[in-house]
Amino acid sequence: MKQIKSILVIGNGMVGYKFCEKFVVKEAAENFKITVFGEEPRPAYDRVHLSEFFENGDAKALEMAPRSWYEEHNIELITNERVTDIHRASKTITTINDKTFSYDYLVLATGSSAFVPAIKGVEKEGVFVYRTIEDLEGMMAYADKLKKSNPDAKAAVLGGGLLGLEAAKAVMDMGLEPHVVEFASKLMPRQLDTRGSSVLKNKLETMGIHIHLSKATNKILGEQSITGMEFGEYDKINVDMLVVSAGIRPRDELGKTCGLKMGTRGGIVVNNKMQTSDPEIFAIGEVALYNNMIYGLVAPGYEMADVAVDQILGTSETLMSPDIDMSTKLKLIGVDVASFGEPFMPVEKGYSIIFENKTKDLYKRINVSHDGKKLLGGILIGDASDYNMFHQIYLNGLPIPEDAEELILGARGEGSSSFGSAMDIPDAAQVCSCESVTKGAICSSITEGGCNNLADVIAKTKVTTGCGGCKPMVVDLVNETLKSLGKEVKNSICEHFEYTRQELFGVIKIKKLKTFDEAIDTCGKGDGCEICKPLVASIFASLYNDTANKEEVIQDSNDKFLANIQRNGTYSVVPRIPGGEITPDKLIVIGQVGKKYNLYTKITGGQRIDLFGAQLNDLPAIWKELIDAGFESGHAYGKSLRTVKSCVGSSWCRYGMDDSVGFAIELENRYKGLRSPHKFKGGVSACIRECAEARGKDFGIIAVEGGWNLYVGGNGGATPRHAQLLAEQIDNETVIKYLDRYFMYYIRTAAPLMRTSTWLDKLEGGIDQLIKIVVDDSLNIAAELETEMQGLVDAYQCEWKQAIENDDMVSRFQHFVNSEDTDDTIVFVPMREQLQPIAWDK
Amino acid sequence: MDTILNTYNTVKESEVKVWFKAAEVSKFAKDGGVCVKYKDKQIAVFNFQRRNHWYACQNVCPHKMEMVLSRGMIGDDKGIPKVACPMHKKTFSLESGENLNGDLEAIATYPVKVENNFVYIGFSE
Ligand SMILES: Cc1cc2nc3c(=O)[nH]c(=O)nc-3n(C[C@H](O)[C@H](O)[C@H](O)COP(=O)(O)OP(=O)(O)OC[C@H]3O[C@@H](n4cnc5c(N)ncnc54)[C@H](O)[C@@H]3O)c2cc1C
Ligand code: FES
Repeated sequence: MKQIKSILVIGNGMVGYKFCEKFVVKEAAENFKITVFGEEPRPAYDRVHLSEFFENGDAKALEMAPRSWYEEHNIELITNERVTDIHRASKTITTINDKTFSYDYLVLATGSSAFVPAIKGVEKEGVFVYRTIEDLEGMMAYADKLKKSNPDAKAAVLGGGLLGLEAAKAVMDMGLEPHVVEFASKLMPRQLDTRGSSVLKNKLETMGIHIHLSKATNKILGEQSITGMEFGEYDKINVDMLVVSAGIRPRDELGKTCGLKMGTRGGIVVNNKMQTSDPEIFAIGEVALYNNMIYGLVAPGYEMADVAVDQILGTSETLMSPDIDMSTKLKLIGVDVASFGEPFMPVEKGYSIIFENKTKDLYKRINVSHDGKKLLGGILIGDASDYNMFHQIYLNGLPIPEDAEELILGARGEGSSSFGSAMDIPDAAQVCSCESVTKGAICSSITEGGCNNLADVIAKTKVTTGCGGCKPMVVDLVNETLKSLGKEVKNSICEHFEYTRQELFGVIKIKKLKTFDEAIDTCGKGDGCEICKPLVASIFASLYNDTANKEEVIQDSNDKFLANIQRNGTYSVVPRIPGGEITPDKLIVIGQVGKKYNLYTKITGGQRIDLFGAQLNDLPAIWKELIDAGFESGHAYGKSLRTVKSCVGSSWCRYGMDDSVGFAIELENRYKGLRSPHKFKGGVSACIRECAEARGKDFGIIAVEGGWNLYVGGNGGATPRHAQLLAEQIDNETVIKYLDRYFMYYIRTAAPLMRTSTWLDKLEGGIDQLIKIVVDDSLNIAAELETEMQGLVDAYQCEWKQAIENDDMVSRFQHFVNSEDTDDTIVFVPMREQLQPIAWDK
Repeated sequence: MDTILNTYNTVKESEVKVWFKAAEVSKFAKDGGVCVKYKDKQIAVFNFQRRNHWYACQNVCPHKMEMVLSRGMIGDDKGIPKVACPMHKKTFSLESGENLNGDLEAIATYPVKVENNFVYIGFSE
């Protein structure tokens, strides 16, 4: 009979989980029984993406694997159970509930906890650490409570490192005024030099994060709860909450009490087989002290898990790498920050090339060997798009341009790229360090493994599923490999249509297809889905300017109900207010409607008014009242023109050079209802002070001496982008002519859900090419584009008016088909002087 | 909140005790969904014309517990008929109720029949 050996894994965190995952796929795994103990109440989750919990409160989405996964793999998972003692003599452990288990091998994956310095008052209410889902829940509840009594509440983060900055962003997103307090004289002291830190500080301050450097906190102020922090006798700040992010301490208490060899400053010492001083006890992840270091990153932890698995199974060749790569890219904060290799450069090793542009908050530093042949490290702030490539060049010692500065300044000659493509890196290069996937493995999954697209490659190799930082490079590799095989790189729409949006647009246009069934029967297969149906609807709209009332069942859900669905299944109502200009009478009507239907009202960023909380049944009546008062649909739900924002312009402003409001109204009315691959927005400013923020829009117009400057492809939101100059000093008619051509060309060629900024990025030749097409008419299609646009403009009608005038359409807005009742499960709670949906805790 | 989910349990055709007369066929959008009220239950009903089939399931999405599935879009996932929740596009099989793009709990499904131009939904109580 086979002897089943017992492995106990203590700690069900990211690395403990990874150990299990790597173990169960091995053939010899069936000779072992794994039992996992986790102190936290839930199965292991993705701590790296912990901050996402703030956005969606969805703990399940963060799970590394559901409980059922452990069952399926015959792993016993015991959560909510801390292991309290290890008895090496009897090879057993006991837990807090006095249960005893015996082991053949023990794996310690207890991770680390946040380090809380012994500052006076640190135990006060309102002081948090940032490590577990429970920590976050505590912070969120506390922040909510604070904001109720004080809308201007402030929160500080102690520690300006990688994690501290992430925490600062999180408290900012919670609606608190964020402050970062750092002991050192710079931010991210381990990764950045002083100049880099000061560029980053500048940038963060413009985002509204207050930075306090060189501050040693000696006291937390307040009675029961925190009210401030004291640095020196006369130096203090008032804050209502504090998140301590001052480093980590390994959870090594078990190792200490059972007499394993420990580091002088903590951590359980391991060799390159991940063995502790007791060869049957392994330690991996953030509790393990390897090379006299604790690595606060997942990638080394995953490698340790891999080594421990092979060592226990007796595959003794697998050893931990001697050098651990600590390159990092900051995520989430809204500004690119990356540091790789050796960020600081001692003169005896090499020299540095530094580029700094304070007006753009850009800082790039690369460190190069004395002979100029090797990239040794660097820092990127403000634009880290080259990070993946630099990181690979550094890791693999790839050749760099003779004139190394081209790496950060770009090659001078037009069009030539300063360094090669992703395909130039060696096969052995590790592209995804979280999952240890090499370039070779990615490419051969396509050439030999039968993968046909990115999704296949991800499913097969697990690349990009860790921190996700390698994704841009993986996309390039997959596309290049497919191309090299002569396979077309196809971004086909979904399983139902083997076309790109642009191709399908062409086919539908030529064959004059008019309904979804016609389209799928002619050029697709199956019954369609939530991806292709709205896409086909949007193509119909662009070709025939149908409103969203036509074939409402294929419209995006928001289009179907001509309103944006909100958190509790109610809808928002946004009447169009062109250019943001509105009469007092119309304002009164909006007020009356809001009051009558008990709606939450808010001014939007697009200079109009959003009314939230409308029940489906009430939508037609609400819109009837608005339409009777002269309003039209604002298409706030649609992938179509939102607003054209304007400053007040020359009619009132003493700097204004032109009538920006008048022109904004004209443009908004011209393009209203125009449906496109994604929403788009415009702005018109009457002078270069740019009060309308026009360059943050898909199109922006700024009055200058002698006409308007027209900018295109800008964006605000998550990936801010300044619009680029398309034409200078042109008159109103020319602006409209160029805009017609630009939009129509975008509508024809963009991929679904692609904003103009990304589209312009991807357009071969970029803005120069667009200027050729739109201004110089190099493709000889300008007249056609203009005619098409005029056709769409002429076909406009208000879809809400259309809907309320037709009984069949009105019935769509009933919640029940067999009752006039409204949905009685909807619950509102008071918020300030209005209402909001009850929170999603469920 | 689990109590909401507990009110919805899949009913097989063989277990039907009550055929609830919901509404006339003409009230159901082709290839779309509507919501039917039965006692304290909300049931999403889909007239999947392309497949020549009717489907019914709970209206509540197990993701965020909102009563919205009837407003979702239907289609197929490799041949399996499905509905996509309008909130976050979680998709569920209209046959087995299984969450096709995640590991949410399955939704409850109910039998539907059409007789004399009326749509009936089958319940076990
Ligand atoms: C907000 C945040 C952002 C981060 N971002 C990044 C990033 O971008 N990139 C990156 O590489 N890393 C990042 N990290 C670090 C990364 O999360 C850690 O390196 C990783 O989680 C370490 O895994 P681990 O399994 O060693 O420890 P943990 O994930 O901490 O797991 C250890 C588990 O063991 C449990 N445990 C401890 N003692 C016992 C006991 N006696 N009995 C039972 N259970 C016990 C603990 O409760 C815990 O659940 C981030 C961390 C945080 C908090
Ligand atoms: S509520 Fe249904 S997908 Fe989120």
